Amino acid sequence: MNAANYLYLSALLFTIGAVGVVVRRNAIVVFMCVELMLNAANLSFVTFSRINGDLNGQVIAFFTMVVAACEVVVGLAIIVTIYRSRRSASVDDASLLKR
Amino acid sequence: MINLAIQVGQTAAPEATLFWILAPLTFVAALGMLLVKKAVHSAILMAFVMIALAIFYIAQGAPFLGIVQVVVYTGAVMMLFLFILMLVGVDSSDSLTETIRGLRPIAITAALGFGGLMLSLLARATLGRTVVGVEAANAQGNVQGIAHLLFSTFVWPFEVVSALLITAALGAMVLAHHHRIQERPTQRQLSIDRFRGESLASAAGLPAPGVFARHNAVDVPALLPDGTAAAASVNASLKARGDVLDSSVFELGRVDTSVEEEK
Amino acid sequence: MMTSTSLVYLIALPLAGAAILLLAGRHSDKWGHLLATGLSGSSFLVGLYQLSLMLGRSNGQRPITQKLFEWISVGSFNIDAGLMLDQLSICFVLLITGVGTLIHIYSISYMSHDPDRRRFFAFLNLFIAAMLLLVLGNSYLNLYVGWEGVGLASYLLIGFWNQKPAYATASKKAFVMNRIGDMGLSFAIMIAFATMGTVSFSGVKEAAGHTSTAALTGIGIMLLVAATGKSAQFPLQAWLGDAMAGPTPVSALIHAATMVTAGVYLITRSNFIFDAAPTAQLLVVIVGAITLMFGALIGTAKDDIKKALAASTMSQIGYMILGAGLGPVGYAFAIMHLLTHGFFKAGMFLGAGSVMHGMNDEVNMRKYGALRKFMPITFATFGLGYLAILGVPPFAGFYSKDMIIETAFNSGGSKGVILGCVTLLGAGITAFYMTRVMILTFTGKSRWDDQAHPHESPWLMWLPMAILAIGSVTSGYLLSHGDALVNWLSPLFESHGEHAELLSPVVVSGLALVMVAVGVAIAFLKYSRNEVAAVAPDDVSIFTRVARQDLMQDRFNEAVFMRPGQVLTDVLVKSDEAVIDGAVRGVGRLALGSGSSLRGIQTGFVRSYAALILIGAVVLVAAIWVVTQ
Repeated sequence: MNAANYLYLSALLFTIGAVGVVVRRNAIVVFMCVELMLNAANLSFVTFSRINGDLNGQVIAFFTMVVAACEVVVGLAIIVTIYRSRRSASVDDASLLKR
Repeated sequence: MINLAIQVGQTAAPEATLFWILAPLTFVAALGMLLVKKAVHSAILMAFVMIALAIFYIAQGAPFLGIVQVVVYTGAVMMLFLFILMLVGVDSSDSLTETIRGLRPIAITAALGFGGLMLSLLARATLGRTVVGVEAANAQGNVQGIAHLLFSTFVWPFEVVSALLITAALGAMVLAHHHRIQERPTQRQLSIDRFRGESLASAAGLPAPGVFARHNAVDVPALLPDGTAAAASVNASLKARGDVLDSSVFELGRVDTSVEEEK
Repeated sequence: MMTSTSLVYLIALPLAGAAILLLAGRHSDKWGHLLATGLSGSSFLVGLYQLSLMLGRSNGQRPITQKLFEWISVGSFNIDAGLMLDQLSICFVLLITGVGTLIHIYSISYMSHDPDRRRFFAFLNLFIAAMLLLVLGNSYLNLYVGWEGVGLASYLLIGFWNQKPAYATASKKAFVMNRIGDMGLSFAIMIAFATMGTVSFSGVKEAAGHTSTAALTGIGIMLLVAATGKSAQFPLQAWLGDAMAGPTPVSALIHAATMVTAGVYLITRSNFIFDAAPTAQLLVVIVGAITLMFGALIGTAKDDIKKALAASTMSQIGYMILGAGLGPVGYAFAIMHLLTHGFFKAGMFLGAGSVMHGMNDEVNMRKYGALRKFMPITFATFGLGYLAILGVPPFAGFYSKDMIIETAFNSGGSKGVILGCVTLLGAGITAFYMTRVMILTFTGKSRWDDQAHPHESPWLMWLPMAILAIGSVTSGYLLSHGDALVNWLSPLFESHGEHAELLSPVVVSGLALVMVAVGVAIAFLKYSRNEVAAVAPDDVSIFTRVARQDLMQDRFNEAVFMRPGQVLTDVLVKSDEAVIDGAVRGVGRLALGSGSSLRGIQTGFVRSYAALILIGAVVLVAAIWVVTQ
């Protein structure tokens, strides 16, 4: 079986995640789409690790997971803060940058 | 199951079977995540995608990552997501109509272009390359191999990442900390406020939800003596979330106020 | 050449006076004028001492030098700040300090009511010091320093009453017109350095022998431009009339002792250049001739006593320039006329100041009349100066002016005839307008306002006038007795032998006296027998009108220089606004326009930014796709 298939799957998942970030308005869903993109990248790393025959890719994927965990923690905290002040989790409501 | 997946990874044909069953499901789940209305459904589909990815990791000779994926993502991160959903879930159902004009076609066109270009690039990049496989690298065990790299070549990034974790934890605590502007009202103060209010009605407290004998759930408003629904009887957050049942079906069209003597 | 260590005191004394008075400020208000006068007088005494030393030496040993310090030393270019006192310089030194000191004394009384008298004396001292530096410098560069100093001091003094805008403008005008002349001098110095490699008088004199005539002509013309600026010669004469804005002692100083004589000094000092450049020399003569007629004609129409005298100065300096342009014979006569003129013109200006002093600062001669009885001393001194400028024997002008007329006639060919006629005519016109001044001011009936109470000036004022009057009477005889001045100066000027005599001195003197008599007679007929109107009549001939407007000199300058200059600056301003500012504003407008059109992208929605990021990623991947193909 061709390992490239995993890469194709990874590319598709990444694209779906990217579209999700742009299209969805709920901040939590947007966030999950970001996670999806990170996971897609991880899948690529693992596959590259397999193709090249060393474990560097897996280590990078590991680091990505850690950073993703950090990002989730801080990001969700931000969502909570925004929610607390604006009573809304829609990213369109936080549009103060316009003015 | 882990052993099965590892075995699958080592033999070509079963791996292909696994992939061709799981990959379309993953793709559909991801697509569904994009399309479903409710955030909770998205989260469940996301969890599915993550587990599927964990299986792919294990099948590709990365059992450590697979386990970590399950523990960290499906275990911790997704739980966090659901927890926040519970907190914030007021408008958790997202209308899928686009409000920013022209954004959706642009996004879809760009995504199609992006995906097409990526696929074509990947195809070009991997064509004719032999897959080495991680069997040799995993000779002493996958965990040992990763640990060896992590504590030799990548020890500096490892330390940096640990600092990042602590910082993130502190940051989350600072952000989530709610600074109270006014003194929290005491029980005594609340009581006084109730009795000194505009009318004594507030002194009695809010009416309880539910319609006796017919539907005494928390999401159904109580009926007033004249048969109309009492808006104050339902929790405000339920109302805001849109989870309140329409009370009109429970309203009594005609109230029989005549009393029949019991024999 | 002998060296000396005491030359510097000539300059240092008045310079120290200026410094002390300016630095001490109000604290020196009480004694400042006395100090300034004393220092100027001491400088005069030093000059006399130097003269006595010089007389004691033999002819070849007379010039002395003093090196002050090494000024510029760049490679082969070495300039020392050095002084040189020779037979020519000593004449100027004595004139400047002598007449200058008399004017100082006069000013003590004349300016006694002015709150800024101390500042006035500081500037007077500065003027004297700058002029002394000008005549004592041993190189063109040192001369240039004094030259600029004189320009500065004249600016400060002409605009002394700068609270009146017209006076401030007059000082500005003088300064700007002088700048044109200064440019000529700096060009001359540059050409001299480029062609000869030296700018010292001795070096240039030596090098002039083996330098091309073209270069020498260039230097000569540039020096002439410089001289026309400082000496108010045609075509840079326009500032002189307006310079009357300054206090009257300043006018006396500018016209008699300093400033306007600088041009004559420059040309006589540069005799070795003009002797070797006939074209430049001819130009000098032409400029002198034009100016002498120009000034004389303006003088006939002026009702302002000071402006009439100013016009006469212009005319007399024209005589000197003409004389200096006539070559070796003329130099000495030019200097002689300069010295005699210094006496009688200073005397007349101080006399005019005295008249104004008694007449509430009225300058219009039509409002004078019959002042002889009220100001006998002023009348006497002014009258002696008048006789001197007319050239009546045995007064000073007779010796000096007739020498120039005679030299003009004898300069040979048609040039000599033309120049002789011009100088003779000038003498006649001079007689006419000076007689007019005398008649209008001192004789006839009084035409004053009721407020005027004419009275004789105090002794501090008439004493200098009297001394100058004595000079007006005797200086001509003393200087020409036995050709004293000519012999004194002869070592400096190379003689080319005598010209053929066209007219003998006696004939020339006779002709000149006839012309003077005619001028005086016309003036008497016109002004003494008829009643003089207190207000200048308007129904006069076009010539009078033109002359009243200084022969259109200002109109000419305005039309030829000012208007095109304004048009040029207008064009520059417009193009600056259109092109340079336009470019700058265009950049701003471009940024603004592109910004406001790009602002549409900034919706404030996070998702639209995310979409932009996605598009960017697509472009990036597409680029990679293209590159790796």
